[in-house]
Amino acid sequence: MNRIPHPFWVIVQKEVSDHVRSWRFNVLLFLILLTCFGSLYTAITTLVDETAKASDADDPYFFLKLFTLSDGSLPPFHVFVGFLGPLLGIGLGFDAINSEQNSGTLSRIMAQPIHRDYVINAKFTAAFLVVSILFFALGFLVMGFGMVIVGIPPTAEEFLRIVFFLLLSVLYVAFWLNLSVFLSIRFRQAATSALTAIAIWLFFTVFYQLIVHFVARAMMPADAASPQQLIGYQQFILNLMRVVPSQLYTDATTTLLMPSIRSLGPLTMEQTYGAIPSPLPLGQSLLIVWPQLTGLIAGTVVCFVLSYSAFMRKEIRSR
Amino acid sequence: MGESIIELKGLTKRYGDFTAVDHLDLSITKGEIFGLLGPNGAGKSTTILMMLGLTEPTSGGVRVCGIDATTNPIEVKKRVGYLPDDVGFYDQLSGRENLLYTARINRLSWRDAEQRVDMLLRRVGLGEASDKKAGRYSRGMRQRLGLADVLVKNPAVIILDEPTLGIDPIGVREFLDLIVSLSREEQVTVLLSSHHLHQVQQVCDSVGIFVAGKLLAQGNVVELSKALFSDREPYIIEACIDKTGMADNDPRIEQAKSRLIELADVTSVRIDECRFYIGSTQDMTATVARMLVDSGLGLKSLSVREYGLDDIYTKYFEGGESYGKTA
Repeated sequence: MNRIPHPFWVIVQKEVSDHVRSWRFNVLLFLILLTCFGSLYTAITTLVDETAKASDADDPYFFLKLFTLSDGSLPPFHVFVGFLGPLLGIGLGFDAINSEQNSGTLSRIMAQPIHRDYVINAKFTAAFLVVSILFFALGFLVMGFGMVIVGIPPTAEEFLRIVFFLLLSVLYVAFWLNLSVFLSIRFRQAATSALTAIAIWLFFTVFYQLIVHFVARAMMPADAASPQQLIGYQQFILNLMRVVPSQLYTDATTTLLMPSIRSLGPLTMEQTYGAIPSPLPLGQSLLIVWPQLTGLIAGTVVCFVLSYSAFMRKEIRSR
Repeated sequence: MGESIIELKGLTKRYGDFTAVDHLDLSITKGEIFGLLGPNGAGKSTTILMMLGLTEPTSGGVRVCGIDATTNPIEVKKRVGYLPDDVGFYDQLSGRENLLYTARINRLSWRDAEQRVDMLLRRVGLGEASDKKAGRYSRGMRQRLGLADVLVKNPAVIILDEPTLGIDPIGVREFLDLIVSLSREEQVTVLLSSHHLHQVQQVCDSVGIFVAGKLLAQGNVVELSKALFSDREPYIIEACIDKTGMADNDPRIEQAKSRLIELADVTSVRIDECRFYIGSTQDMTATVARMLVDSGLGLKSLSVREYGLDDIYTKYFEGGESYGKTA
């Protein structure tokens, strides 16, 4: 091994090893593993009942149910990921820059012959790598267990759907990661940035829904409203909901994991008339979630650009 | 005078209305130890940041090793080692791992990095503690680890920002000795910023005095004191007498004072409690001693004071007050 690694990868390597060795990450990992196996367990127990009473025994997407089924005691896998993912992203990013600044290591690293953006890019890359490996390992683990316990291998399409679902989850976590990295540049105290990130997350998951409900109630059209008005109203409320990244994620994952979902908005009778009541192929499902996907990517990129420019302009002094 | 390795020309940095560094011109010769001396907030750290290209100057330019630090900071940072004040390390890594990280960011191969790091750790006296977590290092050890960290890249210039802050006196002396020997052995130019006069006086070949963003004087300590205090007495003899059993207005004291002032070379005599301060144009310790004893005073100690950085500093602080207000 004579190759000398590029400084960027040296930083990435160090960041990854820091994450993996940190208590914080291991606690989060433990939480995620726990919920993952919990939901797998409930999924499998309900799967047995489900198949017993199922009318369509030849459901082509039997395997995907591992990720979506639940008996009600524990939410299914994809809901859990949607819930814990932001926490993971915030956990990996909230002290990315300010802890280095507070411990005086940032100015020391900056005095090394590297470009300034290496630091922030490497921080992002490292956390992204860790999250990707974690989710793919987790997803494949669930698949493996499913295969062993249920005894049915997934079809190629199911496999692809799961891969897309995992990619989407990584992207979703990346959004929160970038947001918290931005906050870590903006706020000097790690606690402030963590709390702010959690506040934003809570706002979006709890309070935003409430606000949208208020707005929806206030704007409810009269009984005599025309169908166009009703549809416009529905669309408007949906679009309000879709400002929230978690809504985008939920929309996208449910569509990917439940092929029977044909549309995320209201459908008129004319549109459904004559449609064959069968699951959509992967390409069509992807087409439905394309706007959600782009929205999530855009959100992630915006957060990254914000943190990048904030970091490049920051004057780095010792402590 | 050799070639200059750091050159600042008309360097200015403003933060809004506040001018941190004001048209600074400075050149530092290769191989010397230069002390940048000034009170807190004088703009020393800002100047250093601009030398490394970590902050952009509002106007003016910096050249280090002939390279423009503002437009080409990477090349400068390859040649310059910088030890920030209150240097930090990754607490969860050992001292050795911290240095290895720096070495690998500087593109040393794993084997070279290990060799160099182990050599440097022994050199700064941390060979024993190299596998201890950096979080458990004492302040002095951290500072020495910092010095090793700076030397990992084998720099031509090292910049130390307040390197002796918060170390005990013995630690300071060891640290300064280390800097001097490193500078002599490895032909490294050292720029040391400090507000500790005595330390700067001990190790620096030349000194720049920096107040409120302006360089007020530059040169070695002897030159500086000559230039600044030519209008005053070059010597001050400080004599401490035994005052036990004497009244405050004992006539013998007044008598001694009048006799002293009659001496040809004595320009002033001042009495403060039990101390005589005798200003003179020549070293006349022996005469003063004899005269005091003759006057029937018990002489406890006698010393000659030359002007040091302390006085230079105080003088500029007095003058610098007005700068401080306008800045």
